[in-house]
Amino acid sequence: MVERRPYLTFLSHAFLVLGVAVVAFPIYVTVIAMTHGPQALLQVPIPLLPGDQLWNNLNEVLFVGRSTSGTPPTWLMMVNSLVMAIGITVGKIVISILSAFAIVYFRFPFRMLFFWMIFITLMLPVEVRILPTFEVVAGLNLLNSYTGLILPLIASATATFLFRQVFMTIPDELMEAARIDGASAMRFLVDVVVPMSRTNIAALFVILFIFGWNQYLWPLLVTTESDFYTVVMGIQRMLRVGESVPEWNIIMTTTFLAMIPPVVVVIAMQGLFVKGLIDAEK
Amino acid sequence: MSTVTLRDVKKAYGDTPVIHGVSMEIQTGEFIVVVGPSGCGKSTLLRMVAGLEEISDGEIHIAEKLVNNLEPRDRDIAMVFQNYALYPHMSVFDNMAYGLKLRKLPKDEIRAKVEEAADLLQLRPYLERRPRQLSGGQRQRVAMGRAIVREPSVFLFDEPLSNLDAKLRVQMRVEIRKLQRRLGTTSLYVTHDQVEAMTMADRLIVMNAGVAEQIGSPIDLYEHPETVFVAGFIGSPAMNLLDAAAFPGLSLPTDRGPLTVGIRPEHLVVADGGPIGATVDLVEPLGADTIVHAQLPTGDALLIRLPGNAKVTQGTTLSLAPKDEAAVHLFDKDTGRRI
Ligand SMILES: Nc1ncnc2c1ncn2[C@@H]1O[C@H](COP(=O)(O)OP(=O)(O)OP(=O)(O)O)[C@@H](O)[C@H]1O
Ligand SMILES: [Mg+2]
Repeated sequence: MVERRPYLTFLSHAFLVLGVAVVAFPIYVTVIAMTHGPQALLQVPIPLLPGDQLWNNLNEVLFVGRSTSGTPPTWLMMVNSLVMAIGITVGKIVISILSAFAIVYFRFPFRMLFFWMIFITLMLPVEVRILPTFEVVAGLNLLNSYTGLILPLIASATATFLFRQVFMTIPDELMEAARIDGASAMRFLVDVVVPMSRTNIAALFVILFIFGWNQYLWPLLVTTESDFYTVVMGIQRMLRVGESVPEWNIIMTTTFLAMIPPVVVVIAMQGLFVKGLIDAEK
Repeated sequence: MSTVTLRDVKKAYGDTPVIHGVSMEIQTGEFIVVVGPSGCGKSTLLRMVAGLEEISDGEIHIAEKLVNNLEPRDRDIAMVFQNYALYPHMSVFDNMAYGLKLRKLPKDEIRAKVEEAADLLQLRPYLERRPRQLSGGQRQRVAMGRAIVREPSVFLFDEPLSNLDAKLRVQMRVEIRKLQRRLGTTSLYVTHDQVEAMTMADRLIVMNAGVAEQIGSPIDLYEHPETVFVAGFIGSPAMNLLDAAAFPGLSLPTDRGPLTVGIRPEHLVVADGGPIGATVDLVEPLGADTIVHAQLPTGDALLIRLPGNAKVTQGTTLSLAPKDEAAVHLFDKDTGRRI
C-alpha cells in the first residue's frame, strides 16, 4: 500500500503487534514454565515471571526418564526424532528427484502409467493406508526400528511433482550439451540438474523436515519399545499420565526442546533461499 | 580425405518425413554451411550428425567410422548451440573444462587446454565468472571455447549467432571463420541467414522442405543455381523470377514447355533500345548502389540494382537489358529445375 495516513499506519502496527502477541504469548508461557517447579504451575494464575528451576528442569528432562509416562530421557527421543525426520526428508528428496528425473528425461514404456500411479498416491497419505501399511511393516519385522519409522513415509507424489515442474524449466539444450560433453544420465543429474534445483531442494528440505519431525500417528503405531519413542509422541505420553498429575514443568521443557530443531533448520535454510533469490540463475 | 560422409540420410518423425535423403562428402578442414528457410530440416540434419537425433535411414560416417549407433560422446564432435547452452551454475572455466573432466584428463592438462582456448578467444579475464555475468558475445565465445578445448574432428554449429545484434554478428562471423581456418577443423554450420552462409562457406547446402536442393561453393550457387528455389534464396536482393511471358523482348527457347526466367537485379543494365521496358515505381538510393522497384508492362514487379550514381526518377520508363548471356537463367516452370 502506498497510502500514507497516520491513523492507518497506527492501525496496521497495532494489528501487527496484536498478531505477534497472540503468537508469542504461548511460547512465552512455555519459556516461563521451564523455569518453575511442578507445584508453581498448578496454581491459578500460573506465574508469568521467571523462576529459578531452569537448570533443574533441563537436567531432569534431558537425562532422566519419566516413570509415570514411561518415556526415556528426552535426549534419546530427540535423537530418534532427528533420525526419523532427516531420514524421511532425505529419503523423500532423493526418491522424488530420481522419479521426476526418470519421468522428465527418459522415454520408457508405460511412462504415463507410472506417472499417473504416482499421481494417484497423492490421494493416499499415510493416515488413509495406515492399517495395510502397518500390516506390511509388521510382517517385515520392522516394528521398533528406524527403517520401520522412516520407510513408509518416504514416497512422495508432491515432491515428485515439484521436481518434475522444476526439471521441465531446465532447457533441453543443456541436456544435449552434457551428452555431447560425454556425461552419462546420472552424471548429468548430479552435475547439472541437482545444482540447478538446489534452491527448490532447500525449500523442500524445510517443509519435509518439519513434516517428518511432527509425525505423530505413525511413530505411535510402530514403536512399542521406549527406546524408539520420538519426542512428539513423548510429549503426548507425558500428558496422559492417568491417575497422577501432569508435570507441567517437564512437559513445557520438553516442548521447548522439541521446537528447537525445526527452528534451526528454517534459519539455516533461509540463507539458501535468499541466495537463491538473489542470484537467479535460470 | 573426407571427415564426414552422409549417405542418403533420412529422418521421419512417426509417419512424417522431414529429411528426404541427403548425401554428401565433407572434406577435412572444410567449412560447410547448411542454409534454408525455417522448418526445412537444417537443425534436424545437424542433430543427426551430432547423434542427438536418431537416423531413420541411411548412413553417417565421421572420420571413416560408421556412427549411426554411437552416442554423441563417442562421435568425436563438439557442438555450439543457438542459446549457447552454458551450464549456468558453473564458472566459465568449469563450463569449458567439463567435457575434459569427464574424459578424466589430468588436472594440469585441463587447465592448460582451457587457458589456451581462453587466450585464443580473449576470455582470460572472465574465467571465474558465471555465464550470466557475461554479455551475449562473450557467452558465444565461451560456447566456442567449450567446443575448441575438446579438439574434435568436427564442429557443429546451430545458428550460433542468431541471438546477437547485427554488428556483433558480423564481427563474430569473421572471428569464427578465422578461428576455424587456424584450427583446420571440419565444420558444419547451420544458419537461415544467406549472407552469413555466402560469406562463411567453403561449400553450401541449400535445403528446402527436407531436400538438399543444391550443394556447391557460394559462387557456384550464385552463378549456376540448379533450381528456382536456390535462385530465389541466394543473392540479395533476390533474383527476379518471372514467367517467360513477362519478357517478350528476350529471345527465349520456345521448344522447352513453360519457362521461368530469372535475372538478378544487379545483372540488369540500362541500355538504349534494350529488350525490357519497365516503369519506375520507387527508387532506393543506398549510396553504393541504387535499388529500383519497377513494373513491367505485364504488371509484374521487377527489381533493378544500378550503380550509386545512377540518375533515375520515379514514373519514367527504363529500357533495360541483361548484362550478358549468363545473366539469364532458365528454369522449367513445372519442375523448377534449371534448363
Ligand atoms: N520432435 C519432432 N517431432 C515432430 N516433428 C518435428 C520434431 N522436430 C522437428 N520437427 C519438424 O521437422 C521439421 C524440421 O525441423 P528443424 O528444426 O530441423 O527445422 P530448421 O530448418 O532447423 O528450422 P529453423 O530455421 O526454424 O531452426 C519441421 O517441420 C518441424 O516441424
Ligand atoms: Mg533450427
